Amino acid sequence: MSLWQKLACAALVLVVLASFAANWLAPAGYAHQYREATDAPPSRTHWLGTDELGRDRFARVLYGTRISLLLAPAAALLSTLLAALIGGIAGYLGGAWKRAAMAVTDLFLSLPWLFLLITARALLPLNVSPLVSVMVTFLLLGLLGWTSAARVLCASAALLRGSDFVRQARAAGINGRRLFWMHVLPNLKPVLFAQFWISIPVFILSEANLGILGLGVAEPMPSWGSLLKELEGLVSVGEEPWKFVPLILLVIVVTSFQILLSRQQEVAA
Amino acid sequence: MRGLQKKIAGHLLGLIATILIGGFLSASLVRLAPGFEVDERELDPHLSAQSLQALRDSRRQDENIFHFYLHYLSQAARGDFGKSVALGQPVRTLLRDRAPLTMRLIAIGLTLSWSLTVTFALSAAWLRLSIYDTATTMLSGVFLCIPAAVLALLSVLWNVPGSLAIALIVFPGTYRYTRNLSLKAYAQPHILAARAKGLSEARILFWHVVPVVAPQLLAVAGVSVSMAIGATIPVEALCGFAGIGQLAWQAAMARDLPLLVNITVLVTLVTLLANSGADVIGSVIRGQEA
Repeated sequence: MSLWQKLACAALVLVVLASFAANWLAPAGYAHQYREATDAPPSRTHWLGTDELGRDRFARVLYGTRISLLLAPAAALLSTLLAALIGGIAGYLGGAWKRAAMAVTDLFLSLPWLFLLITARALLPLNVSPLVSVMVTFLLLGLLGWTSAARVLCASAALLRGSDFVRQARAAGINGRRLFWMHVLPNLKPVLFAQFWISIPVFILSEANLGILGLGVAEPMPSWGSLLKELEGLVSVGEEPWKFVPLILLVIVVTSFQILLSRQQEVAA
Repeated sequence: MRGLQKKIAGHLLGLIATILIGGFLSASLVRLAPGFEVDERELDPHLSAQSLQALRDSRRQDENIFHFYLHYLSQAARGDFGKSVALGQPVRTLLRDRAPLTMRLIAIGLTLSWSLTVTFALSAAWLRLSIYDTATTMLSGVFLCIPAAVLALLSVLWNVPGSLAIALIVFPGTYRYTRNLSLKAYAQPHILAARAKGLSEARILFWHVVPVVAPQLLAVAGVSVSMAIGATIPVEALCGFAGIGQLAWQAAMARDLPLLVNITVLVTLVTLLANSGADVIGSVIRGQEA
């Protein structure tokens, strides 16, 4: 592990620990309103000030980080499983199955990612409870984000299909289903892990984009996207620099993932 | 030549099939969306019972999804793409009015992005200085880690053109590929031989590196069009540009499904055309090299 990777790992651990200690670090919670101190600058009681509804920004950043860091991996897991099923099976079966699966993948990939996301989000109800909006947002990311991973897994599974050990297993009379689950899928593990880790920063950034555009997590639930929406009200960059803390945190986390992923990306390629 | 014609025909067939399937899926979503069966015209108190019945009969035909899609296609073939629910205007007018601004933004954004990409990537491969390479990779890495919508907001705060925001959103994606391709091309043995023979760097670049990387770069260029289209949504929505990106965002916020379907078909068409065009030109270049 290089020095940069060690630093990235330390940064991620620190941010994750801080977000999970939100209940102790900010016991008032993310929705508690300090009505006597709305839009207040940083102080001893409110380290990052308060928002226009008087909610402690530090608490919201911690809870928002927790939501983004918990649900982005969950969405990545869902998308990787879908990619393994669709891409892996299509690559293993080959022929018409592979062509059909890749045609569907191409259809998805022909649309820009953000455009696909907002279109799909628009088809689902927008006026829902905050918890449902969190689920809908990350479920959508997981359900739509499998395509590029499926392409890679399809190619890897197709390679394995023609490998000597699979041919030998077939010749030994092992049935196709057993061959796929017991021999092909375990050999796809490195690619699956790589795709899983690669998806996490992509989903974090996607949620942030959706949140800023008003199609993400609903109020009062915080997420990095909804916290970054505050930047819309700024007149100049130097005006209220503490409002940039969620952005700095997001950049640190995504950069850390990118540094740690440099090896994984080689595996995925 | 025959192979190229076959390739173009294959791309055209694929494009038509994708558009038809994509259009069918989009139209199905509109048909199945809540509220499709409701017609506001039925609330008009001036309509007689016969008129109301006629309205219901005409709508009943659309209950069959295939009939609905054929009807949609025949109308689209005549240039009637329906009416926006939220904006109350024909979709065709909305798209026609907003397309020039989006096209200009994308064209300038892509030009800026590719200028930055080619300058940094080729200079990094040519100079072979690890500090310079690290610095340019870090620069692209920073932009990769900032959400596109934040870059759009920052462009408003710093009062810089929206096209620059599009360029910076697209830049990290194109830079990484171009840098890797250039480094690989410069590491080829024939480049080493050319250097040993004393050929100038400019001649090596234009005669031995660019022709090698051009087909792959064209493929990346095709993908960058799709990236730029995606980038127009946050840039236009947050910078207040009345383009197709803003229209897509407004349609999403208002659940304006007819508008959304038509924008989806349009975006799919443009993206596929860009990718197919890049692939065909790449094949021509490869053919000439062979």
